[in-house]
Amino acid sequence: MEIIKTGMAGTMESSDIHVIIEKNEEAGIKIFLNSTVEKQFGEQIEGVILKTLKEMDIINVVVRAMDRGALDCTIRARVQSAVMRSILKENELDWGLL
Amino acid sequence: MKNAIEREIPENIVWYDTVINYATPFEKEPTGRKIAPLLKQVKPSENKLVNSIEELIQKAGLKTGMTISFHHHFRDGDYILNSIVEKIAQMGIKDITIVPSSLSNIHESLVEHIKNGVITGIHTSGIRGRLAEAISNGLMEKPIVIRSHGGRARAIEAGEIKIDVAFLGVPSCDEYGNASGKGANTICGSLGYAKVDAAYADQVVLITDDLVAYPNYPASISQTDVDYVIKVDAVGDPSGIASGATRFTKNPKELLIAQYASKLIVNSPYFKEGFSFQTGSGGASLAVTRFIKAEMKSKNIKARFALGGITKPMVQMHEEGLIEHLFDVQSFDLVACESIMKNPNHHEIDASLYANPHNKGCVANQLDIVILSALEIDVDFNVNVITGSDGVIRGASGGHSDTAAASKLSIIVAPLIRGRIPTVVDGVNTVITPGETVDVVVTDRGIAINPKRTDLLEIFKNTDLPIFTIEELKEKAQKIVGKAKPIAYLEKIVGIVEYRDGSIIDVIKQVK
Repeated sequence: MEIIKTGMAGTMESSDIHVIIEKNEEAGIKIFLNSTVEKQFGEQIEGVILKTLKEMDIINVVVRAMDRGALDCTIRARVQSAVMRSILKENELDWGLL
Repeated sequence: MKNAIEREIPENIVWYDTVINYATPFEKEPTGRKIAPLLKQVKPSENKLVNSIEELIQKAGLKTGMTISFHHHFRDGDYILNSIVEKIAQMGIKDITIVPSSLSNIHESLVEHIKNGVITGIHTSGIRGRLAEAISNGLMEKPIVIRSHGGRARAIEAGEIKIDVAFLGVPSCDEYGNASGKGANTICGSLGYAKVDAAYADQVVLITDDLVAYPNYPASISQTDVDYVIKVDAVGDPSGIASGATRFTKNPKELLIAQYASKLIVNSPYFKEGFSFQTGSGGASLAVTRFIKAEMKSKNIKARFALGGITKPMVQMHEEGLIEHLFDVQSFDLVACESIMKNPNHHEIDASLYANPHNKGCVANQLDIVILSALEIDVDFNVNVITGSDGVIRGASGGHSDTAAASKLSIIVAPLIRGRIPTVVDGVNTVITPGETVDVVVTDRGIAINPKRTDLLEIFKNTDLPIFTIEELKEKAQKIVGKAKPIAYLEKIVGIVEYRDGSIIDVIKQVK
């Protein structure tokens, strides 16, 4: 799946995560994570983001995530929303992809 | 060497001649006598009033290497500590150890004075914000020492903390040193922590912005303890000292916790005519007070006394006749500050009478029920209220370990998770209160009773309260948030946690 434009989802509220999905001009997935719980859960959060992208077949992408202690389910949902927006499918959610 | 709760304690610590490891809550017996203040003659014609802070510091004989103390009754509105330390720095005095009863966010300018060598030691109950972060990152050469309120009073009376000069801000006083917690500009109610410093420091100086005619009675601090008095423009910001409104929480998690806790209390053997209790000022804690109040009314039960930091809900219960006596070491809000001035059975008590374990019996020993908060609780019921889940210092010991040990029923209230941070964990980062003094943990997802309280387990065996083991609570949290990676620490010890009896219960290491 190709990223067409920058997609965003989430807020900076406590227990949420703000995710920005951008096209990566180079090949591969790049994640920039800033989290209030980075020391304890940084790796786990990156793992969830990576897994969600893979499930959606996103290969070349830059993810900028500001996490405020979101649970895995929230992280997954925010990444999915941001991706759908970035591939211009916000209003035609392909539930098969999710 | 490991202490009784398996915490690694170094054999040598800079502040101690002999390091005594924590064993059990009441194992350490005190010996010897209390220290005594200096004898001093003030002749009839002499005057205690000085004109400038500089003159005050000179007259008090403050020199490089000495120890000075402050109280924290002005909380986030305190101007005293910062202005005194600033003046000390200007005068070129260095290597000072400060022993405030606690520190607030307002004291973060101390970072600069630690860097420039003016402050080299800190003993406190609490420490927060940028200052605490810097210390956790290794700012100081000597570790800070964390004591409980009762433990600080004990250490002062035992002479383990020798205060050279106590700089005590007071809302009002007369020229001879009779001080009150109420003044024209500020009001802080009880001066319970300051009273200990006034009684034992070598030099006691009072700083006020409301100098009144002699005699300023009734007085919290007496003229016989005071060396010098100075009038300044302002001792603090009234809005930071005591807020007017203690609002009831609407947070459904906190309300659920409070509901569980009050149900537990009401069905415990301690909830009967003449009982006593203490609650904190947190949302869930205050809500517990509200729920208990309703139960007390409906069952026609009255409390003999309430203890601790006194808040508006307790004052209301006192004025409605539901609580006979209020013992107040610290007045948390304006209603409490006003009440202590007018209600004859709202008593000001000093920190020693409050919770000192070595003074022939503190009020906390008479306490039935205490409700306390926690940052972390582990499967051994140990409680951490000083370091965050990231290992950084950000809290206060307060009366936590004192009242948990002294009361008949200690209840910890906390949400099971905060954001992604679990509250019930395998091992807490830092132990302030040992698990053997904790009876019950109440969270929004369930309650755990300490297995050593077989009596309570029996009572609550067939209740509709959601009782689990502490391990089950830990599992529940972990299922929601995942398994947290342990915090990586460096070798350097940045903080010592002294138990209320003077033994060492834990250390805090520098964060990576």
